[in-house]
Amino acid sequence: MNSLNPGLIMIIAGVVAPLIPASIRGWALLFVPVGGFLYTLGLNVGDSSSIKALGYTLQLTRVDKLSLVWGYIFHIAAFLGMLYALHVKDQMQQISALIYAGAAVGAVFAGDLITLFVYWELTAISSVFLIWASRNEIAYKTGMRYLLIQVGSGVILLAGVILWYKQTGSLAFDHIGIETMAGKLIFIAFGIKCAFPLLHNWLQDSYPKATVTGTVILSAFTTKLAVYALARGFAGTEMLITIGAVMTAFPIFFAVIENDLRKVLAYSLNNQLGFMVVGIGVGTELSLNGTASHAFAHILYKALLFMSMGAVLFRTGTCKASELGGLYKSMPFTAVFCTIGAMSISAFPLFSGFVTKSMIMTAAAGEGHWIAWTVLLMASAGVMEHSGIKIPYFAFFAHDSGRRVKEAPWNMLLAMGITAFLCVYIGIYPDPLYAVLPFPVDYTPYTTAHVITQLQLLLFALLAFIVLIRTGWYPAEMPSLNLDTDWIYRRLLPCVIRWAGGIIGRVDRMVREESLVVLRDLIAMIERQHGDKAPMTQTMHAGTMALIVLSILFLFLIVMIV
Amino acid sequence: MSEHTPKIHDPKKYWLDNPKNVDKLVYAVYAVCAVLFFSDLIYHKHPHYEAEEWLGFYGVFGFVAFFGIVMAGKLLRKLIKRDEDYYDE
Repeated sequence: MNSLNPGLIMIIAGVVAPLIPASIRGWALLFVPVGGFLYTLGLNVGDSSSIKALGYTLQLTRVDKLSLVWGYIFHIAAFLGMLYALHVKDQMQQISALIYAGAAVGAVFAGDLITLFVYWELTAISSVFLIWASRNEIAYKTGMRYLLIQVGSGVILLAGVILWYKQTGSLAFDHIGIETMAGKLIFIAFGIKCAFPLLHNWLQDSYPKATVTGTVILSAFTTKLAVYALARGFAGTEMLITIGAVMTAFPIFFAVIENDLRKVLAYSLNNQLGFMVVGIGVGTELSLNGTASHAFAHILYKALLFMSMGAVLFRTGTCKASELGGLYKSMPFTAVFCTIGAMSISAFPLFSGFVTKSMIMTAAAGEGHWIAWTVLLMASAGVMEHSGIKIPYFAFFAHDSGRRVKEAPWNMLLAMGITAFLCVYIGIYPDPLYAVLPFPVDYTPYTTAHVITQLQLLLFALLAFIVLIRTGWYPAEMPSLNLDTDWIYRRLLPCVIRWAGGIIGRVDRMVREESLVVLRDLIAMIERQHGDKAPMTQTMHAGTMALIVLSILFLFLIVMIV
Repeated sequence: MSEHTPKIHDPKKYWLDNPKNVDKLVYAVYAVCAVLFFSDLIYHKHPHYEAEEWLGFYGVFGFVAFFGIVMAGKLLRKLIKRDEDYYDE
């Protein structure tokens, strides 16, 4: 069937949004993702639409099981994020959120690489306004860095696509692989958006500086779009197992010592992406189902965690662990929702992470990737540390900061409540999620062994936390900033440029001074030769000239005669 | 943004404010851990690797990993911690 790309619904709504009166705009826009979701539910595998432009065939819509999973969850995330932001009357954020979410949906239903590129860049350009909407100097600079890196990813993607077309003569977005130069470029473009190790820091740099509601929206789309793109183009690429395992591991150490709790969640997001990337690298039906379902569950619990920290920031004006504590007394509902998000990401039985992450772990172990499996298990204890315990503990419990604030606004609570419900629902009854996965599911999450081993891992991790707190060995939360790879372009590069500029300046001055000396000498010489009364500038009388000419003529005659 | 964050004297005592109640929770965690550890003896595992069959493997792994991560984090902090205004923003 010929179908419209569902992403266009939210994009077009975003464009016409300014025409809606401000008083009802927030409410009206809530219906857009609902409409988009219902439209997506009506799509069938095999639906598509193409156009011919400039001799190329572009497949604007391609519906298959992989794209549908992302299509569903992106609409759900857009709805929940906009409900959470219902109290915000800022038109810029409303438009930006809709177009951004629409572009992400558009990208997952793109059937060819050019269409993908267009939506890919649109997600970058539309989302930066959610950072700029903080409307301060820091957010402005951060937004510029974010935009440079995001658009850069798109430029690399385009270069890869052009090469790919020259080599294969096809623009279809199917399996690509990293064997060719084109494949490598596209891989790197996806890797930037997916926050691969060393390409990751735009995420931790920018997300904590977006608005309270902007971060919730941002957390859902960009990185998961990249996971989708990797799953389609690079499933079974062995290198992704290593990359993913490193991704799960290194952010947890940064998260332990990070004071800004929204930044802790950004590191945690990076770590969760690692699990999905390992699933893509393993490349079996079980592992790809694991990646798809984990992306689905992750978008929900990560949004829930960002929502709860956003509510804390909204009410207290800070998200720093060193300034928080004891908030369960005045924000009890937010505390409960946050804890549900924390237990979901930690993969407690009956919560969503338990029924999705384990598919990836089982697939990695089953295919004999024991090193990756061990790293993932270690990273699971790490998730328990930074998201399972640190986030709720230091915000809502720990020592009482004495802050007494109002509970979060009703729309935030409702958004958190629905998201928390979905996290638990998926955890208890995963079958509807399993039913929409790309491959038939032959996996039972609730076995005695799985439940007990997972509880052992998590409860003994909690035990370690208790020991560390009671012995005073747990690192204190303190106002601080930790260096990460952004140091390279925020400190090192400017220093190198200043240093190089200094050297160039000195050389330049030396050359100029030396040339001036030479020039002065030259001018002096000319002065001596051609200056006033110098030999070359002395004038003679016409009579003298005539006498000289006559003398020469006379001499000439004598010579001729003789 | 201090106007958002009134720090008022709150005379109400909450259940968790009493250290004895916190102790109760901690003992409960100890007890649950002990039960989980020894329950390894009474069910059948489907391990991929031999180590998984050791008594309390997941518990010991979880404890050691958590402990190690936090300690490594402390070391990392020595290396990369700077003042909040390091980037002059």
